[in-house]
Amino acid sequence: MTEETKHESWAGKIDLYLDGELDARQMKDLEGHLRECPACAGEVLRRLQWKRAIHSAGQRYSPDRSLRERVEKDIFPRKAAWWHWRPAFAATAALLLLLAGARMVQLEMHPHTQHAIQESMLVSELVDSHISTLASANPVDVVSTDRHNVKPWFAGKIPFTFDLPDLQGSPFELVGGRVSYLDQTPGAQLLFRVRKHQISVFIFQARAVHSDLVERQAVDAQSFHLESWKRDGLQYFAISDVAPGDLRALADLLKK
Amino acid sequence: MCVSEERSATGSFEQLALPLFSHLYNFAHWLAQNREEAEDLVQETYAKALKGFSSFEAGTNFKAWMFRILRNTFLNSRTGLKGVAIHLDLPDDDPALPAEQRTPETILLDRASEQIVQEAIGELAVPYREVLLLCEVEEMSYQEIASTLAIPVGTVMSRLSRARRALREAVRQKLNGGSPGPKA
Repeated sequence: MTEETKHESWAGKIDLYLDGELDARQMKDLEGHLRECPACAGEVLRRLQWKRAIHSAGQRYSPDRSLRERVEKDIFPRKAAWWHWRPAFAATAALLLLLAGARMVQLEMHPHTQHAIQESMLVSELVDSHISTLASANPVDVVSTDRHNVKPWFAGKIPFTFDLPDLQGSPFELVGGRVSYLDQTPGAQLLFRVRKHQISVFIFQARAVHSDLVERQAVDAQSFHLESWKRDGLQYFAISDVAPGDLRALADLLKK
Repeated sequence: MCVSEERSATGSFEQLALPLFSHLYNFAHWLAQNREEAEDLVQETYAKALKGFSSFEAGTNFKAWMFRILRNTFLNSRTGLKGVAIHLDLPDDDPALPAEQRTPETILLDRASEQIVQEAIGELAVPYREVLLLCEVEEMSYQEIASTLAIPVGTVMSRLSRARRALREAVRQKLNGGSPGPKA
């Protein structure tokens, strides 16, 4: 077999190689050829980029929550049975809220005080999530600096979608993301890096967040800074120990 | 099947089937190109799968089995019959597409937004769209795809190769603002 024929034979196997369809021996032989053949190595890179682009673009559609509920109700009635008890749960929750409200009145708590406590609890919860993320050996569940990998990863895991800006030319780098919870509501936690600092950006559905921190800055007692804003029905919280200016710059990028 | 056995079967079906929900919906929407129809397809797929779960052979590929049910349901739908009938006569090995122009692919991909790639996928004929999505998005092996689509592995390979070339050509046409080339 001439060198040219050999080359053509390997070039015809590149898709099989990238699709994981070659056996171990063939894979080793092809990798040997790739080390010596810049043309085939370039072709592998080109096709790999296409595979990534199609993989990302192909994860386009997410089911509505109502469809999942319908299927669960029709197909798995046992699992969905608790829905039938929703009115009872709602009534119990309302009663508890009423009792809590009565207690507040009883203590003659000033509305501003209540509000400050609520706000402080929210900030503490976010700071705790941020700190525990940084302390974790695996801070994120999807590790990628590519927004086209991180965003689709959340499809089906959280009940909404969001936009991620192109960070090229900015000092910020996307580290990855994970699912986070606030008041038992799922949302996205994105981790960004700027110099040696990490920034968590939490995104939740605005209607699920009971807070007046809609568009403002706050400083936690532990010297963490927080920026929050609302956009397209989503509530964003950016939290970090970076300088407030850096936090604001990332917030501005995300608002674009 | 006694009640307890039936419950246990439903339980294991639920454990196997629910994690596939988003994947099945995405695939259904790509096939039907319509939200309502995709929702109907998914609901019908789950109903049929539960009914036929006793015939599912343990140890075989459950994901391929679910996707096969969904795909067969789609083929029997009005959109499915229409979509496939047009392309049934397409030869799998015929290199009917023009040779690719040697535009640097990295430049092409840098310019192509996700939306353009999505549009191009949506414009592929169903037999090519489905094989491409099962390989690239669902990351199924050729054998799993062959089992899902009930076609030989060789046909999977040739359709995949054609689908990829057609997609690259379609993206290139869109970026150049030209008329689309021959559809795969």
